[in-house]
Amino acid sequence: MGLVDTARTKSPWILHYDCGSCNGCDIEILACLTPLYDVERFGIVNVGNPKHADVLVVTGPANRRNQRVLRNLYEQMPEPKAVIAVGTCACTGGVFHNCYNVMGGVDKVVPVNVYIPGCAAKPEAIIDGVVKALALFSPSNGKEAAK
Amino acid sequence: MTTNDLLTIIATIVLGPLVGGFLFGIDRKLTARLQGRYGPPIVQPFYDFVKLWSKSRIVVNQSQMMYVYGYLLFTITALCLLALRQDLLIIIFVLAFGGVSLIMGAFSVKSPYSNFGAQREILQMVAYEPILMLAAVAIYLQTGSFLVSGIFDKLQQPLLFSLPLVFVALLIILTIKMRKSPFDISASAHAHQEIVRGVYTEYSGPYLALIELTHWYELLLVLGIIGLFWATSIWAAAALALAAFLLEIVVDNIEARMTWSWMIKFVWTTGISLSVVNIAALYLIK
Repeated sequence: MGLVDTARTKSPWILHYDCGSCNGCDIEILACLTPLYDVERFGIVNVGNPKHADVLVVTGPANRRNQRVLRNLYEQMPEPKAVIAVGTCACTGGVFHNCYNVMGGVDKVVPVNVYIPGCAAKPEAIIDGVVKALALFSPSNGKEAAK
Repeated sequence: MTTNDLLTIIATIVLGPLVGGFLFGIDRKLTARLQGRYGPPIVQPFYDFVKLWSKSRIVVNQSQMMYVYGYLLFTITALCLLALRQDLLIIIFVLAFGGVSLIMGAFSVKSPYSNFGAQREILQMVAYEPILMLAAVAIYLQTGSFLVSGIFDKLQQPLLFSLPLVFVALLIILTIKMRKSPFDISASAHAHQEIVRGVYTEYSGPYLALIELTHWYELLLVLGIIGLFWATSIWAAAALALAAFLLEIVVDNIEARMTWSWMIKFVWTTGISLSVVNIAALYLIK
């Protein structure tokens, strides 16, 4: 594993976007940043700017109103990038799947790399998901992380 | 220019970012510990730098790119001038040029966050430039020269004993330059957000990496100026600078972010009066 691969896996900056989630998953994501889980010890920092982000963490179902915003955020992120769908709604649409304005999972709008189911997804599951997404940045390390 | 000077310049350019990067790593670790967290490894800033450097290049416009290089080169120049013990006034001017480059870069894009950040960065410069100048004047009164080498050659006792209030004023400047609370208004440090990322909002990938690199040089430069206050030995200077740096991290963690108007009021009233009282006292004691 080269220096660049190491650096990429050691420093994933996440951008959190709420597509219309009930806030349950958002609270769990914020819980990851608290002293209890402290994801900054893995170099994970929550940034508020797509241009600085490596991983887009999306909660809530994609809907017709904000799909434009979601796609815009995704396109502003520099390569290499990954997308994580957190929670059942972001994975499939969840309980909102047959609402008139809901398109379904986030993968209807942007390509999703990792799905984290759960209502709400647990902080441990979210951290696991981010680690899985990191494997995409370093192909040689990928098999180990996937185990 | 002698070979010795050339070696000093090369050492500054190569070792500067190593020391600066580690200082930022210590900053993040200590901040985490103060907040009851475990914190990232000390080498985290280097991981961040390499990662940002390896990301794809996206620029909003050509001039934005040029201003980043301007910011970097002016700051390196200022640090090299300090390492070569040149004129303090020139160092302050070159540092200001670097700051202006950053502001111009932020103004060259249309993002309102970036423009907001740039406006506030100007206000920060307006706040701290007079105090830097007064510090240079105070040092001149003590050594009879604006040259940094004068501090090393002519003084028997550290400047801190004769200029304690100027030193306190410079500590305030250190907070502004490190973009720490209560002065993190134009941009913010890691995991904080203020008008998105202020002046850095429109920079991404390698250009953000260059800005991080510049911060490492800039931190060393400001700490170097603070170290001048105990320049009788290089180790004492380093110890004083390190103590100031650690104090800064504590201040960052116990302070809230304040507004720009409070910053101007505070820095101009407290900072300038501390400096002026100190300079007046120098005349009276003579």
